[in-house]
Amino acid sequence: MDFSFGLDATLLARIQFGFTVAFHFIFPAFSIGLASYLAVVNGMYLWTRNEAYLRLFKYWLKIFAISFAMGVVSGIVMSYQFGTNWSVFSDLAGPVVGPLMAYEVLTAFFLEAGFLGIMLFGRDKVGDKLHMFATLMVAVGTAISATWILSVNSWMHTPAGFTMGENGQFLPENWWEIVFNPSFPYRLAHTLTAAYLTTAFIVGGVGAYHLLRGRTDNAGVRTMFSMAMWMAAIVAPLQIVAGHEQGLNTYEHQPVKVLAMEGHFESHEDGIPLILFGIPNQEEQRIDYQISIPRLGGPMLEKGLDASMDGLDTVPREMQPPVGIVFWSFRIMVGIGFLMVGIGLWSLWARWRGNLFYDRMLHRAALVMGPSGLVAVIAGWITTEVGRQPYVVYGELLTADAVSPLGAQAVGASLIAFVLIYFAIFGAGVIYLLKLMGNPPERGQRGVRTEPGPIRTGGITPADLTGPGKNQQPAE
Amino acid sequence: MEISFDLTVAWALLLAFAVYVYVVLDGFDLGIGILYPFFPRKEDRDLMMNTVAPVWDGNETWLILGGGGLFAAFPLAYAIIMPAVYPLIIAMLLGLIFRGVAFEFRWRAGNKFSKRFWDAAFIGGSTVAALTQGMILGTLLQGIEVDGRAYGGGWWDWLTPFTLLTGVAVVCGYALLGATWLNWRVDGELQHKVRVLARVFGFATMGFIGAVSLATPFLEPAYFERWFSWPQILEVSPIPILVVGLTLWLAKELFDERNDWAPFFITLGLFGLCFLGLGVCMWPYVIPTSVTLWDAASPYSSQLFMFVGAIVLVPLILVYTAYAYWVFRGKLKVGDGYH
Repeated sequence: MDFSFGLDATLLARIQFGFTVAFHFIFPAFSIGLASYLAVVNGMYLWTRNEAYLRLFKYWLKIFAISFAMGVVSGIVMSYQFGTNWSVFSDLAGPVVGPLMAYEVLTAFFLEAGFLGIMLFGRDKVGDKLHMFATLMVAVGTAISATWILSVNSWMHTPAGFTMGENGQFLPENWWEIVFNPSFPYRLAHTLTAAYLTTAFIVGGVGAYHLLRGRTDNAGVRTMFSMAMWMAAIVAPLQIVAGHEQGLNTYEHQPVKVLAMEGHFESHEDGIPLILFGIPNQEEQRIDYQISIPRLGGPMLEKGLDASMDGLDTVPREMQPPVGIVFWSFRIMVGIGFLMVGIGLWSLWARWRGNLFYDRMLHRAALVMGPSGLVAVIAGWITTEVGRQPYVVYGELLTADAVSPLGAQAVGASLIAFVLIYFAIFGAGVIYLLKLMGNPPERGQRGVRTEPGPIRTGGITPADLTGPGKNQQPAE
Repeated sequence: MEISFDLTVAWALLLAFAVYVYVVLDGFDLGIGILYPFFPRKEDRDLMMNTVAPVWDGNETWLILGGGGLFAAFPLAYAIIMPAVYPLIIAMLLGLIFRGVAFEFRWRAGNKFSKRFWDAAFIGGSTVAALTQGMILGTLLQGIEVDGRAYGGGWWDWLTPFTLLTGVAVVCGYALLGATWLNWRVDGELQHKVRVLARVFGFATMGFIGAVSLATPFLEPAYFERWFSWPQILEVSPIPILVVGLTLWLAKELFDERNDWAPFFITLGLFGLCFLGLGVCMWPYVIPTSVTLWDAASPYSSQLFMFVGAIVLVPLILVYTAYAYWVFRGKLKVGDGYH
């Protein structure tokens, strides 16, 4: 049997890595924000003793447990994919990126895993305060984890603080410069904000769904929708700013990527157009059916209206990233970003009119936008990673030179296994998540067991709470 | 040079510690999955899973530290070993995925079919993960062909009678860990049943330890030297003697039925001794007998940068991990969960 599909081992290794990491990315992108959200609602509950917050905590905790588990198991794959698929990269860049990832394990993974059990099962064993502490530790752990891995990722885009060893290894010189490499602060801000927005839109989408189902009196539903819309109104515009700043940083350090994002095959002498749409044609080195605004591209890059710029025509063909992918994924991300701002503004308007919980059009829009953050995160990640090609460590190590000495058959066969199993497993997980989200948040059972027998037979909740119609408290 | 010499050894010890902690902690989690087929009743299975539900995630993190630490402190070894055992690693990861999601999905399954499916995923995932971990160990022990800075062998080198032996041995050993853990954490009829299983897997594990110990010295002349040359035999002979001693003690505790915790901790000791024996074989290689620790070591500054953090963080991790175990201490009863 031929498992290689006629592709070479490097491309298959890239597809496999891209596939496994994209799948993985979905879960942390959600759970980073959700962990913080849980810490906030739990804190709000302890502070105000408003039952709606406890209700929300218990509701989202079940969802968190499932998505966290999926993030963990798909993440373990990542820590070995470096060695299995990119063993030359591992050997050469290991001295620099390895320690950062080891710190991620030591400062973040253990913290999350160590306190997760208490957060999930321990409230009545350790009391409110320690439970709140555990919840905070999990939230902090997810953010620390993101910080380290984004430092690694940023270093691969803007490598700094190293010298080249005789054996071709990157040898660390200055750890401060390595960790705080030039693109790291921008990438961290942009990505963390993206994670929080992603969660806000999922929470908002779930809230909108229940509002559309007529649960406008459910305090939990109202609170979650309202909180999510505040996030959309405040954070989405900030994210546009953060994204723009990262774009400028990318233009400074990886101009070719920005040329691909913006579709500038041609150099411009007098004024840079802003290309809105078109179909990149890398063979012919032009954008077909181009729709652009003259001169507006300059100000986007903090240049004048009559600025000049070298285009991709100054870059050899084999050193250009795949322009079509970068061009489109960038537009998807930016488009979603502006739609998010739109939802935020709309919610402000509805809120001002006292219509936030009754504007069904808004709820429909918020429901549709529910998963949009995930799409934007993946699109943004594709933009930055594909835009780095043909390098794996920008300007220093070519992707083609970093791959493991594996046969295309071996990589292809394992790719098939990953695709089949990921879709089956994570497909089932998403169904379970949607089932949980389809139930409205019910009154929180504050540590009091009203019914005899087991309140929790395992997992996060007794299994019988997951089915609709059972064990539900009367609606308020 | 003197200092960097020590640091490389320190990292080897730290990683060995991480792998040992992983093996014993996730060993009993995986062991529970391996033992599931002996307990068809749903209540028993729920209870068995609940004994590890709050801690399995932390247990698995030690595997990430093992892999990540190898990547960071010995990148060359990581770069050679991973392609050499590529199919085993992929199978292990997929096994761990099935096992890991089963912890959550089992409770979410809506119908009989999917309940059975996730039980099977838990059993299959645990068994495959254990088997492949054992086979990876066997592959490492039998030697990996190295060509320059890369793996130089074939794609099926990892599949030999010896690696199959180590694979099955680890499955058996994890089942023993799981059974002794459960013996400590449950009572009543269920405890009676796991204790019987602990005896069975105890005997089997001893058999496998014996078989692997007998086969290993003949894999490499260097191993044989290490164990049987005079006067080294005096230094290493306490290991097998202690194994025999602990085995007898384990048998006594399992038949006396006095201290529920004792069989588990004796088993931890047995695993520790096996680990020590492994170290005797491999030292000073990370890939016997071609790549030494120092060949594979990352630069001094990488090891130092991590070490500064590790000596503070690892003890801290141990403290809060122990706390998490303490919170969920005590016997669990059937129909009982964490309240």
